[in-house]
Amino acid sequence: MKTLNDRYDYGLELFLLSIDEGITGYRDDSLETVKRNQQQYDMPLKILSYDKLYGWTMDAIVAQIGKKNNCTFCGVFRRQALDRGAAMLNVDHIVTGHNADDIAETVLMNIMRGDIARLGRCTLICTQGEDTIKRSKPFKYAYEKEIVMYAYFKKLDYFSTECIYSPDAYRGHARVFLKDLEAARPSAIIDIIHSGEAFEVKDEVKAMQKLQQTCKRCGYMSSNELCKACTLLEGLERGLATVVITDRGHNKTEAEESSRPIETMRTIPFFHIPSESNRQETDSSIPNVV
Amino acid sequence: MAISLKIEFGGGMELLFSNERSHNIKIPATVDGKPANLSSLIFWLKDNLLKEREELFIEGETVRPGILVLVNDVDWELEGEGDYEVKDGDEIVFISTLHGG
Ligand SMILES: [Zn+2]
Ligand SMILES: [Zn+2]
Repeated sequence: MKTLNDRYDYGLELFLLSIDEGITGYRDDSLETVKRNQQQYDMPLKILSYDKLYGWTMDAIVAQIGKKNNCTFCGVFRRQALDRGAAMLNVDHIVTGHNADDIAETVLMNIMRGDIARLGRCTLICTQGEDTIKRSKPFKYAYEKEIVMYAYFKKLDYFSTECIYSPDAYRGHARVFLKDLEAARPSAIIDIIHSGEAFEVKDEVKAMQKLQQTCKRCGYMSSNELCKACTLLEGLERGLATVVITDRGHNKTEAEESSRPIETMRTIPFFHIPSESNRQETDSSIPNVV
Repeated sequence: MAISLKIEFGGGMELLFSNERSHNIKIPATVDGKPANLSSLIFWLKDNLLKEREELFIEGETVRPGILVLVNDVDWELEGEGDYEVKDGDEIVFISTLHGG
């Protein structure tokens, strides 16, 4: 992006945005890479941490809820953190490094889960809701293999490892399945994206889908009164309350605990979309900035 | 007789091999009377160099899908994959493309 912007004079103002999930050993290394990238590409860098935004690192979340299902947190929190980081930078466009393999994987997952709303959206190169920051995936048709080869031959400094909490079993299965398909027939990846693009959702079904609204608590877009991040955060905070209370030896019942007033819980700061003026472009650094 | 090879790991693969990216190794020139090739090299690496989680390196008779193999900077798919007979001084690179979110 940086190279293209310089070469063709796109006139973009680019930023690096990186999310620190707070996973010891995993993000530490990748944040080091991003910091080197900042120097190599001479671009301003913003790092937003889960800890700062949600008050919880992934390490703390895993310590509380165990190693199962924690990638739900990973995913929901990261998505919202990217938008919020971008809003803080006052940019109007997020560019992510998703490649063809990632998108084919998502198509498969959405089909298996029957998530029709996402199935329609996930193959778009560029998405924009009314009140969200534009997102695009310029590598949509580029195979992961090509990107990795390119990075290898250009000696690009990038980071790629499996998240140590990764057992997002679901995505993992889709990925392994996809890699097996690719080994048998390399065009499978592009074929799956094409199928995803060709899906038509009937109007009746569309009408049944929930309308987008904004989260009552934090202002982020949501299909329910509370957005997913707020719901997850509330769960964590309530869980924490349980621990504190039992530590002190009180004997409160579940019902009493859940009537605990929301005011004492940590919440996410209110989300403001950057105003039309002064908008700029950002390059999210997951994980390929070319 | 032995063949000297330079082995490189990237993309996280090195974590399975003592966290070292670069290895200089010597392997026997023949395996079961046949010249050493990439398939036999993969099993040699598994038996001699791999430190953990063999399932992340090998699947069935070859490397796990999603691992790129380069022979002297050429994709091994162009060189006959596992059938490529390794020569003294070859440089073989293994890169994992399986990354987290
Ligand atoms: Zn994760
Ligand atoms: Zn919310």
